Amino acid sequence: MKKIFILFVSMMVLKANAQNGKYETAMASTLQEFGQAKDANSLAVVELKFERIANVEKDKWQPYYYAALIKAQLSFMQAGNPDALADEAAELANKAVAIQNNSELSCVKSMIATAKMLVDPQNRWMQYNAESNHYLEMAKQQDSTNPRPYTIQANNMINTPEQLGGGCKTALPLAQKALALYVEFKPANAFNPVWGKEMVEQIINKCR
Amino acid sequence: MRTFFIPLIVLGLFTASLTKAQTKVTGLVTDLKGHPLHGVGITLLGTYDGTITDSTGQFAFVTLEKGDKIVEAKIMGYTIKQEKVVLGTASNALINLHFELREEVSELKAVSVTAGSFAAGDKKRAATVLSALDMYTTGGANADVTASIKTLPGAQQVGEQEGLFVRGGEGYETKQYIDGMVVNNPYYASSPGIAARGRFAPSLFRGNVFSTGGYSAIYGQALSSVLLLESVDLPEKSEVSASITSVFLGAGTQQLTKNKKASYGFNYGYTNLTPYFALLSQKPDYFMVPQFQTADANFRVKTKSGGMIKYYSTFGTNQLGIRNADIDSLNLKDAFQLKNINWYNNITWRENLGKGWKLNAGFSFAINNDKIHQQLQDANNHSVVIGMPILDAKSFQLNNQQSYTQFRAVFEKKLTGLNVIRMGTDYWYNHQNLRYNNYTSIINNHYNAYFAEADVHVTNGLAAKIGGRAEYASLIQRWNIAPRLALALKTGKHAQMSAAYGIFYQTPENNYFIQYSAKLPQLNYMKATHYLVNYIKTTLLQTFRIEAYYKQYQQLVKTIPDTSTNGYGFAKGIELFWRDKKTFKNFDYWISYSYLNTERNYLNYPQTLQPGYTTPHTFNLVTKKFITSLKTGFNFTYTFATGRPYYNIQSVNTPPKYVLADEGKTPAYHNLGFSLNYLPNLGKPHAKTYVVWVVSVTNLLNNTQTFGYNYSANGMNKVAIHPPIKQFFFIGCFLSWGVDRSQDAINNNL
Repeated sequence: MKKIFILFVSMMVLKANAQNGKYETAMASTLQEFGQAKDANSLAVVELKFERIANVEKDKWQPYYYAALIKAQLSFMQAGNPDALADEAAELANKAVAIQNNSELSCVKSMIATAKMLVDPQNRWMQYNAESNHYLEMAKQQDSTNPRPYTIQANNMINTPEQLGGGCKTALPLAQKALALYVEFKPANAFNPVWGKEMVEQIINKCR
Repeated sequence: MRTFFIPLIVLGLFTASLTKAQTKVTGLVTDLKGHPLHGVGITLLGTYDGTITDSTGQFAFVTLEKGDKIVEAKIMGYTIKQEKVVLGTASNALINLHFELREEVSELKAVSVTAGSFAAGDKKRAATVLSALDMYTTGGANADVTASIKTLPGAQQVGEQEGLFVRGGEGYETKQYIDGMVVNNPYYASSPGIAARGRFAPSLFRGNVFSTGGYSAIYGQALSSVLLLESVDLPEKSEVSASITSVFLGAGTQQLTKNKKASYGFNYGYTNLTPYFALLSQKPDYFMVPQFQTADANFRVKTKSGGMIKYYSTFGTNQLGIRNADIDSLNLKDAFQLKNINWYNNITWRENLGKGWKLNAGFSFAINNDKIHQQLQDANNHSVVIGMPILDAKSFQLNNQQSYTQFRAVFEKKLTGLNVIRMGTDYWYNHQNLRYNNYTSIINNHYNAYFAEADVHVTNGLAAKIGGRAEYASLIQRWNIAPRLALALKTGKHAQMSAAYGIFYQTPENNYFIQYSAKLPQLNYMKATHYLVNYIKTTLLQTFRIEAYYKQYQQLVKTIPDTSTNGYGFAKGIELFWRDKKTFKNFDYWISYSYLNTERNYLNYPQTLQPGYTTPHTFNLVTKKFITSLKTGFNFTYTFATGRPYYNIQSVNTPPKYVLADEGKTPAYHNLGFSLNYLPNLGKPHAKTYVVWVVSVTNLLNNTQTFGYNYSANGMNKVAIHPPIKQFFFIGCFLSWGVDRSQDAINNNL
C-alpha cells in the first residue's frame, strides 16, 4: 500500500505548443520537466517552479494544483517529513480551491488524505480513509467525465491485498471504467491535468 | 591594476552584448550555526524566477527582471528571510546573497517532555505506545485497559486485587482521569483475592497517557502514577452494535447527526457467569454467581468556536457471593456476598476563548454503594455463631455509600512558538457514609487545588515544563505545595533525554480517618518525591525507552501503635521498553522489563520491609501477528515476574506490639495469555454486517499463580492466594452495522 502513488507521474501529454505567452511558456516547460523528473530532488525543483508561477498568477488554479500534487507525491516518497509535506500539499490545494473548486482538486485532496493516513495507518485509518473516499466521491460528482477519481481508486485497490477487498477483482472494473473515460476526456484547458491513462492501462494489463 | 581591470571589462562587454540586462543572483543559505541548508526555495518575489539550494547550500539563477525586487529564501521548519536587490543595472550584473535562517520551534521537531510517561493516540506524533486497538489485541488482556497497561514497564503483576501498582506504590496511589476528571471507582467491585475488571472499555478513548512518575502539576492526589484517558470526540459514522459471548450479551448504538456536529449513543450489557461455570469441572463455590449490568449513555456536541461539550454517564450494578474455607477453623466457611451500585457522570467543556486562550472545564458526579455481607457458615452452609470473637467477627454487614463531586477549570494561553502557560483549579467533594454492623461513621472531605504550569521551548532541542500545585484537604486541615519540573533535551534525530523532579501528595484513604479509638487520628498528606531520567529513541515503527528513577516516600500511614503518618520508604529501579513493528513483516511485538528495589515501613510493618505486592524483576513479551489469508490475528502475551515476599505480621500483647512471625517468598509468576481475532467479512466491500470473533485464554500453560499467603490468627494455618479461576476461556462474537470497522484490521497490514 505504501507503494501506491510513487508511479503516478507518468506522461504529461502536452498540447501547449500553440500558445507562447509568458505563462504558457513557463507552464509548458515546467510540465515537461515534471514529466522528466525521476527523483525527489528534481521533483522538489519542479514543485518550487509551479509554486513560483502560482504566486504570480493569482487567478490560475493549475500551478497550485501541480505544486500540491508533487508535494503529495513527495510525501508518499517520504522525501522529508511525510506529515509536514502532506500538510503543505493541503495548503497549496486549498489555495487552488479558493480560485476554483473542481474535480481535479478533489482528486488531489483525496491523495493528500491518503498521504496523511499512510504516516500512521493504524491510528489514522478511520479519519483519513473516510476523508480520502469523501473527496473521491466529490470528484466524481463535480465531473462525471473525469477519469482520475476512478484511476486513483483503481490504484488504491490494486495496492490493497486481495483478502482485504483489494486486488484485481476490485481494481479491474475501476480501471476499465477509467479507461473508457480517458477515451472521451478532453481537458478544458491546455494545462489541465491529463495524467493517469498509462496507469490504468498497466492495471488492466496486469489483471487481464 | 591591469589584471584587476581585465575581468571587469570582459564582464562589461558580456552584459552589454545582451539585448536585455541579465542579472545572475547567487548565494548561500545556512542556518544560524553556518551549516548549509539543502532544498531551500529561492524566489524572486512577483516573478517566476528562482531556484533551489543544492546540498552545499549554494544557489544561482539568472533573471531578466529589472528594478527593485525582493529575493526570498523559504524552507519548511525555518523562518522565511528576504533580501532587497536592485536588478538590471550594468554595475550589478552579479548579486551574491547570504541567507541565515533561524530554525522555528515546531511541534513536529520539538522535543516533548516525556519523562515518566507513555503516551498514545496523539495524532500529531505518530509514535504510539498503546492505542485502543492494541488493548483489544493484547493476548490475555481481555480488552481491559488495566490489564493491557500492565504489559508496560513500571506496573507490578498484582492479580489478587485491582489497581495499577506502580514502582513500589500501592494500587490506590495510581489515579485514573477521564478528560481531566478523576475517577474514584474505575473498577468493578469484587471480593477479596480477586482483581476486578475496569469499568471503561478501551474504545471510549482516543488517547491515553500512562505516567509512572514525575507527571504534570495539572494532576494531583496520586502518589505514584496517573493514567490519563482522553475520550473520543465524535464518532466517524453512525452504527448499531451487538455482542454475544460466553459470559455477556450487549447491544448499543452510536448516532452521528447529519451535519456531523453532534452525536449521541447508549449501550447496555449484561454479564452472567452461570453458563460459564456450568461447563467447568473445578469451580469456586459461588452461591451467587457474578452478575453485572451496565448501561451507559453519551452526548457530544461541537460548539461554534471549535470547542466541544461532552457528557458521559455510566450506571452499573454487580453482585456476587462466594464461599471460601475459613482460615481459622477446620470445617467452617466464610460466605462473602457483595452488591455494588455505581453511577458515574462526567461533563466536560473545551472551548477556544480567542486570543490564544483555551478553556477546559469539567464537572463530574459519581456515587458508589457497596453492600457487603459476610457470614460464618458450617459445613452445610448454615449460619453459625461459635462464641469465639475471632471467628464470630467474620460475620458482619458493611454498607459503604460514597459520593464524589468534582469541578475543574483549566485555562491555557498559547504564547509565541510552542510556549504555553496553564493555570487552573480543582474542587473535589467526597462524602462517605460507612455502616459496619451497627457502627456508623461519616466522612466529608473538601479538597481544593490551584495549579499553574508553563511549557517552555527554548529551542527545538530543549524544552522544560515547570509547574506547581497547592492543595488543601479539609480532612487534614493544612496546605501543601508541590513543585514539579521536567526537562527534555534532543540528543539525536529521533532521540531525546528527559529528566523530571516533583513532589506528590495524596490524602490517606478514608478508612484511616475513621475514629476507632477515643483519639481522632491527626494525619498528614502522604508524600512522595520523584527523581527520574530517561532516554527515548523513537521512529515511526520502533520505540526504545530506558528510564531510571528514585522515589522517596514520607508521611506514609502507620497503623501501629496509633494511626499516624510517620511511615516512610523508598523505591528505585530501571525500566526498559522496546516496541518494533518493523523488523518482521506483519508482526508487531514489544518487550518490557522492570527492575524494582523498594522498601517501606508503613501500616503494621514492625520494620522496614519490601512490600508484599512488589517484586524485583518483571518481564513482558507481547506479540501480535495478523495473517491476512486467514483474516485472523494471533496475539500472545508472556509475563514473568520473580516471587513476591509475604509476611505474617502478628500482634503480641506483652508488650503490645507487632512482630514478624513468619515470612517467605512466593514462587515466580508465569502467565501466557492468548487471543485470536477472526474477521470473516474482512475485505467484503459491500458486507453490511461487520463481524469479529474473539477467542481468548488466560494462563494458557496452566501455571499455578500464587500471589501471597493468608495466615490464620494464630499463625498456624497458611493458605496460598490463587486466582479463583486458574484459566479463563472466552469466546465472543461482536457485530456491528453501519461502519466497516474491518478497516481497523487492515491497518495492521499496511
